[in-house]
Amino acid sequence: MLNISLGTIIWTTVAFLIVLLILKKMAWKPILEGLKKREESIAGALRTAEEAKEEMAALKASNEELLTKARAERDTMLKEAREAKDAIIAEAKSNAKLEGDKMVAQAKETIKMEKVAAMNELKKQVAALSIEVAEKIVKEKLSEDSKQKELVNNLIEEVTLN
Amino acid sequence: MANKINLLGSVLSKTTLVAATAVFVFNFFGAHAQHGDEVVGHDDHNTAHHGEGEESHEGFKPGEFIMHHVADGHQMEWANFQIPLPVMLWTDDGFTCFSSSNFYKEENEAHVHGMEGHAFTMGNEYIMVNEVIYYLEKNGGIHGIEEKVKLAEEADLLLKDIVNLEKKKVEASSIEEQAIIAEEIAAVTKKEQELREAAGLAAPFDLSITKNVWGLLFVMVLMVFIFVRIAKRYKNREGQAPKGIQNLFEPLILFVRDDIALPSIGPAKAEKFTPFLLSVFFFIWFANLLGLIPFLVGFNIAGTMSITLVLAVVVFIITTINGNKNYWSHMLAVPGVPKWVLVLLTPIEILQMFIKPTVLMIRLTANITAGHIIILAFVSLIFLFGGNSEGAYWGVGVGSTVFMIFMYLIEFLVAFLQAYVFTLLAAIYFGAAVEEAHH
Repeated sequence: MLNISLGTIIWTTVAFLIVLLILKKMAWKPILEGLKKREESIAGALRTAEEAKEEMAALKASNEELLTKARAERDTMLKEAREAKDAIIAEAKSNAKLEGDKMVAQAKETIKMEKVAAMNELKKQVAALSIEVAEKIVKEKLSEDSKQKELVNNLIEEVTLN
Repeated sequence: MANKINLLGSVLSKTTLVAATAVFVFNFFGAHAQHGDEVVGHDDHNTAHHGEGEESHEGFKPGEFIMHHVADGHQMEWANFQIPLPVMLWTDDGFTCFSSSNFYKEENEAHVHGMEGHAFTMGNEYIMVNEVIYYLEKNGGIHGIEEKVKLAEEADLLLKDIVNLEKKKVEASSIEEQAIIAEEIAAVTKKEQELREAAGLAAPFDLSITKNVWGLLFVMVLMVFIFVRIAKRYKNREGQAPKGIQNLFEPLILFVRDDIALPSIGPAKAEKFTPFLLSVFFFIWFANLLGLIPFLVGFNIAGTMSITLVLAVVVFIITTINGNKNYWSHMLAVPGVPKWVLVLLTPIEILQMFIKPTVLMIRLTANITAGHIIILAFVSLIFLFGGNSEGAYWGVGVGSTVFMIFMYLIEFLVAFLQAYVFTLLAAIYFGAAVEEAHH
């Protein structure tokens, strides 16, 4: 107990130092190394998972960006197409109108010419008819002597009056 | 950290409760049987050798009983069985080795006047008094030893005289008187030294495997067995979760590494000292637990000063070897302290270097021995009161057993706590030795 025995001290020293050495070489070194390796591998795995998570997030973000870009592109394309369509329609409309106007103008011209021609024809016809009518009337009126005399008289009168 | 302690606590408390209760039921009845035997044997003795001056066997002596169980011995006792151990002696005639059963025989029992306790002779050669082996014939037989004990007592008386004379010398009025007293002191001192020399008992150098040395070797083998096995697990199952016995000890290994070594020494140097701290921690803990198994010969390994002394000396050597410039400069001359204070401080610091491991040693020995003494004191209570009447025997027996269970639970805590405290303080001393200057 409290008394010191040299024999016990010697046995303890020898046993303790030998066991200290054995344990240090054969037990604590592999145990502490194993613990350290496991801790490192766990920490590494956690780090990798974190990195993978970040990568995934980055990928998702880039996907999102790509998608928005594609969407924007589609929108612009649609817009452009619509504009092109409108332009084409507008052009076609204006062209059509121009053509139509032109045609109308031509038609009007033709109508006008036809009208003039028709008028001239009509005038000619009317003149011919009028002469014919007048011939007939004259012929009839001048078929009697008295009427010829009257006419001559009238004409003389008129001429004298002037 | 909290988790680890909780786990440990729950495992410990469950196993302790079961073990302690089971064991104490046995302890109580076992003690009863043993006591009964003693009483019967005692009666035989009285009728056979009546009036032979066997007063020492009269009644139950708790002090002797307790000290006998706490002290180291040359045999292992298991209830009424005795397991002899090898006695190894380095004598004047060389090395001898024989079984301790040569001592422990009834016909060898002897009594040396002036020396308390059990004495056994072995032939004419050796006598063992309180487990210390002396030469018998070379000291002049039992009679010669008794003479020498008397001489030692005389020397003790002279020592008292010397103290009285010293007092007189201080009080003396004149120088002449002082000189006379000084001469007297010298004469008495010479006589005292002569007496001491004559009183010295010749003894062989005892290298025996005693009870506690045997327990120590057992713990050492157990430790190598367990931790080499665990180490294999770590090699074979690299990077995998712990399993079985590896799982049982991993929290404790991590506890020593992360909660004792790392905070006390610092991350840079902790790795170097961790193997030693782990070894010391598990050695003390295992030794304490082994000592708590009742009836298993009552090992008191960490309560043996010779063993804790070795631990403390190893701690001291490691601290001193690893002490860096900063450590020694703080020891020899604390920086920033006036010179006149240093005159006081430096001796204290140097003393402290030795006091620290000494305290470590005493604390561990005292705590473990005290635990054993308390439990044995409760056992003694049963015998003391049980001698009077059957009712008192059972009444005190039940009460003592309840207190013993309580003490046992505390002892389980102390077994762990003292291992922790020793390791922690050793780690703190190492930490102080390798700490770098920070100013």
